[in-house]
Amino acid sequence: MIQLIRDFLRPYRTSLVVIILLVTTQSLANLYLPFLNADIINDGVVTGDIGYIVEVGVLMLGISLALGVVAIIAVYFSARTAMGFGRDVRRSMFHAVESFSLQEVNKFGKPSLITRNTNDVQQVQMLVLVALTTLIAAPITAIGGVIMALRTNVQLSALLLFIVPIMAVVIGAIVSQAVPLFRSVQTKIDGINAVLRENLAGIRVIRAFVRTRSEEARFERANDELTDTSLRVARLFALMMPALMLIFNLSSVAVIWFGGHLVNSGDIQIGDLTAFLAYIMQILFSVMMAVMLMTMVPRAAASAERIQQVLQTSPGISDPADPKSLPPSGASIEVRNASFQYPGAQDPVLCDVSFEIRPGQFTAVVGGTGSGKTTLVNLITRLYDVSSGQIAIDGVDVRAVPQEKLWSRFGLVPQQAFLFRGSIASNVRFGAEDASNEEVWQALQIAQADSFVTQLADGLDSEIDQGGSNVSGGQRQRLAIARAVVRQAPIYIFDDSFSALDYTTDARLRAALRQHTRDSAVLVVAQRISTIRDADQIVVLDRGTVAGIGTHESLMADCETYREIVLSQLTETEAEA
Amino acid sequence: MSKNSTSQSMTERPSSPFARGPGSLGMTLPAEKARDFTGSLRRLLRMLHPERLLIGLVMFLALASVFFSVLGPFLLGTATNVVFAGVVGQDLPEGTTQQQAVDELRAQGETTQADMLANMTVTDGVDFNALARITALVAVVYLISAVFSWGQNYIMAGVTQRTMHRLRERVDHKLGRLPLKYFDSKSRGDVLSRVTNDIDNISTTMQQALTQAITSLLTVFGVLLMMLWISPLLALISLLTVPLSFLTTVLIAKRSQGQFVGQWHWTGEVNGIVEEMYTGHELVKVYGHRQRAMADFDEANGKMYESSFRAQFISGIIQPAMMLISNLNYVAIAVVGGVRVATGAISLGEVQAFIQYSRQFTMPITQLASITNLLQSGVASAERVFELLDAAEEDPDPVRPLHIGRPTGDVELENVNFRYSPDVPLIEDLNLSVQPGETVAIVGPTGAGKTTVVNLLMRFYEIDSGRILIDGVDTHEMTRDDLRRCFGMVLQDTWLFKGTIEENIAYGAEDPTAAQVDEAAVAACADHFISTLPDGYDAVLDDDGANLSAGERQLITIARAFLSDPAILILDEATSSVDTRTEVLIQEGMARLRQGRTSFIIAHRLSTIRDADTIVVMDAGQIIEQGGHEELMAARGFYYDLYQSQFRSSYDQTADNSQAVDSSY
Repeated sequence: MIQLIRDFLRPYRTSLVVIILLVTTQSLANLYLPFLNADIINDGVVTGDIGYIVEVGVLMLGISLALGVVAIIAVYFSARTAMGFGRDVRRSMFHAVESFSLQEVNKFGKPSLITRNTNDVQQVQMLVLVALTTLIAAPITAIGGVIMALRTNVQLSALLLFIVPIMAVVIGAIVSQAVPLFRSVQTKIDGINAVLRENLAGIRVIRAFVRTRSEEARFERANDELTDTSLRVARLFALMMPALMLIFNLSSVAVIWFGGHLVNSGDIQIGDLTAFLAYIMQILFSVMMAVMLMTMVPRAAASAERIQQVLQTSPGISDPADPKSLPPSGASIEVRNASFQYPGAQDPVLCDVSFEIRPGQFTAVVGGTGSGKTTLVNLITRLYDVSSGQIAIDGVDVRAVPQEKLWSRFGLVPQQAFLFRGSIASNVRFGAEDASNEEVWQALQIAQADSFVTQLADGLDSEIDQGGSNVSGGQRQRLAIARAVVRQAPIYIFDDSFSALDYTTDARLRAALRQHTRDSAVLVVAQRISTIRDADQIVVLDRGTVAGIGTHESLMADCETYREIVLSQLTETEAEA
Repeated sequence: MSKNSTSQSMTERPSSPFARGPGSLGMTLPAEKARDFTGSLRRLLRMLHPERLLIGLVMFLALASVFFSVLGPFLLGTATNVVFAGVVGQDLPEGTTQQQAVDELRAQGETTQADMLANMTVTDGVDFNALARITALVAVVYLISAVFSWGQNYIMAGVTQRTMHRLRERVDHKLGRLPLKYFDSKSRGDVLSRVTNDIDNISTTMQQALTQAITSLLTVFGVLLMMLWISPLLALISLLTVPLSFLTTVLIAKRSQGQFVGQWHWTGEVNGIVEEMYTGHELVKVYGHRQRAMADFDEANGKMYESSFRAQFISGIIQPAMMLISNLNYVAIAVVGGVRVATGAISLGEVQAFIQYSRQFTMPITQLASITNLLQSGVASAERVFELLDAAEEDPDPVRPLHIGRPTGDVELENVNFRYSPDVPLIEDLNLSVQPGETVAIVGPTGAGKTTVVNLLMRFYEIDSGRILIDGVDTHEMTRDDLRRCFGMVLQDTWLFKGTIEENIAYGAEDPTAAQVDEAAVAACADHFISTLPDGYDAVLDDDGANLSAGERQLITIARAFLSDPAILILDEATSSVDTRTEVLIQEGMARLRQGRTSFIIAHRLSTIRDADTIVVMDAGQIIEQGGHEELMAARGFYYDLYQSQFRSSYDQTADNSQAVDSSY
């Protein structure tokens, strides 16, 4: 954590120096006020010198005003620095992740990356803010207070030797018990969430099996546990404030008692006694603040650690130093002995896969879950790099081409049809920014999306929510297809992109695509046999290896895996129809 | 005079850093406004009714604690007076009495000092007996106050947690009585957040706001009384700071409110971009939008920085501003009080006590302001929970329900009408008669409303008119539980809970034996894969069974249905993402399960559809055709087209089937 904070606060060095100076001034001025107050008593009140009282009073007034101004300036710089720190960390992370290949992204997991870039940064930023505004003032005030106390009276200062350790022990004891309890409360909350989430997800099953009562009992148990633990934390904290207040108050009693003796023997003036009381309070208060704020540190440190992991990961795929260019038409793909294995994994996901796609050809990939279909797509689009073997486009190895150049060749429809916030038009134009309205409509038409878009009140300008959550799964898939089609790409890749479509729409869409992609290479990953049975070439994957390549007819005849897949969906006669 | 400018007074309660009160760390959400603040607050307080005795005790403890803590500074002031009297006495020349000294001072024209001296009882040196008595008394007073305060917090913790426990329980039971309609129309996250986040927020509010509010109010009153008693003039000076601090807080808070809204808007914007761009990572890269994504992010991030800086700065001013006001007050009292002591109007100890009081006076007032904020957000949360508690429940079961002993599986739908929303007709006059053991296939494009039939059969939704009969008994005459016991369901969206495989299968029946579970697993063709798992039947599934494949999960739910041994089945065939071998097992399992039972199947497989006794064809939420396979093929209607489209290859797809309705939306 320290490294992260140091690295990202470096640009704010000047501000930091200013803040420390301001905070120091503030602390010292705060200590000077009781000193002047002691003066009022010693030289004004005791001697009855009203003129002196007013004179010192004016001085105190001036210091108070200056103190206010200094404090506000300190807040200004602290807020600026802490927020700037947060902004910089967020930006560095976002830029780092944008340069990651899919492999690094999947290593962390997308939801985790999102949390790291948002919540975790927030945590650390908050700690920095609190540190700048409160935490750094604590040691300065404490040390200043001790010096002032010693200057006033060394004997009386010995009281600190008792009070501070007692307070540290009390707070330490409570906090050290509370921290694990807090963690435990979080676990219990997660527990109750888990039961509830299951209940909501399975509500039909629970009601169908008439198990509402037993689910209530489960919830009850989780509820009891949460209440138990929360109660323990709350009761622990019930002790905190009264205990601290008692320490504060008894300290002041002790100062008056011991101080009374010193006043009597003439070792200390009565005004200094009250000033001393003020110093002790300041010291105790800053110790208290520091200890309590320290409890923020472990959480922020965990966040910082998670941030560092991202920042220290270097992208697995970068552009070649000596880039080659693709031939202008480039629409053939060769997969040569391609294998892929996650680092450290036991078995390869893909093993020695070879086939070729020529322009104008429709190639399908089928296989069960986990057979490596999506991995194959990710290798061809170079979201992953092959572990061995080669993928080439028009004879040029994909690793030899600048990534952006390579990607401009593809019209990709990923398995998750994801849409972005914006309008239907902006989502389609994601594929080709300069597409005319006509081209957009044409793409929608091919994707069989034109009819529902026309029916929408706002047509092309209809709003799309984040992720496309306001349109149905089928509509989402068709818009994602239109987004790819509008690119007029030499190579199209559809990763299980027709699954949410009914058979009729599926068939019509494929027919329209055929027309549109006459000169392009098309790769379709699918589960449904009817979607792919008319492909020019079908690649059958089974657990990462090629089980067969051929047409529907030839595979039916000689590929057992393919026959199995087909017959799980169609009857014998239908398969041969 | 003790106490300086920043040291906090002796009884105030600095809010703990664990507190999530508004402004505690400046990053709290803007207080959501409650719609009916007083009404909801009253309802929230009514929830405390079972704890009223304890709350009475809390009130008493708070009163006692505040009483003693307010007494402390005054007593400590008298201790200072004792010391002061001793010092002054020591300073008097040997042998002079106090009266003599006063007279002498007056003669010298030192009238102010003479007045001061005249008003105090000087002692020769500090009277340590008196000092010991007083300091011991103060220590005891503070100790008692602390004990009471602890007791108050301790009891209040129990009150709050028990109340929250009851609230959660009520909400959970309520969820059990809500109709499916409620869950289908609300997002899962929303319901979840009401039960957890909102209740959590209410609990924080109760724990902090209630205890603090009581103590703060009492302290304000107690302190005000003491101040007026000591010196009405000084009290007036201190009272001046009240409107001043109040005004300052309000002015700053009003300004920062707008900035906080901006901060949260841009935070949401930045988080949105991060979420979107990371989720669509492949797309952003392959479609070459990386630069644009970074530019968009940088812009929003910059705006977020600007607005959050302003919000933090403006709200951060409150504290120094308050400190300034409090310092001004301090100086005023020090000066005026000093003059008053010097003239003998009040004693030094009283001024010292007074300064402590004036500190204690402003703190609770600022605290009350922040409690109001906290209360706002707590009450808004409470409103969201109440909304759930007030939602319409299912109609109660009949008082004298009819029972079916052992159902045979005869299902009759008579003139059934149903609409999800009153103005969109859905199922109109549906008639369907199913003999025991028959199979009904429900087919149609995605989103055609096939699950509606399931919803009605299971009474997840209530039909608007008509009757559904099982073995001749109207399902409305039965309890929902009895009705549902007639059915077994295997849905595509399999539901498994965290627990062992054995427990998940056993869910199908009340306390089945291990042998029965095994038997069901064997019948469902699930036995084989289960025995290949490291722990077999004792393998623990994580949340939602994510460590099994989709097909394996479905096999477990088939086993579960076997175990429940229902007369009527509802099956939802898998459409995708199941590997071939498991698919074969699932089909076999389902086929075996169907033997001798009436089955309703949401069918995707042509083989299933063709073998069904009745096919119900649905489109756009309505049943448009009904009959046997041959019959429907002969009619050459929608079913015919649907069936054909599954065979046609895209080569010969031409304009000719453009008459088929595009019905997938």
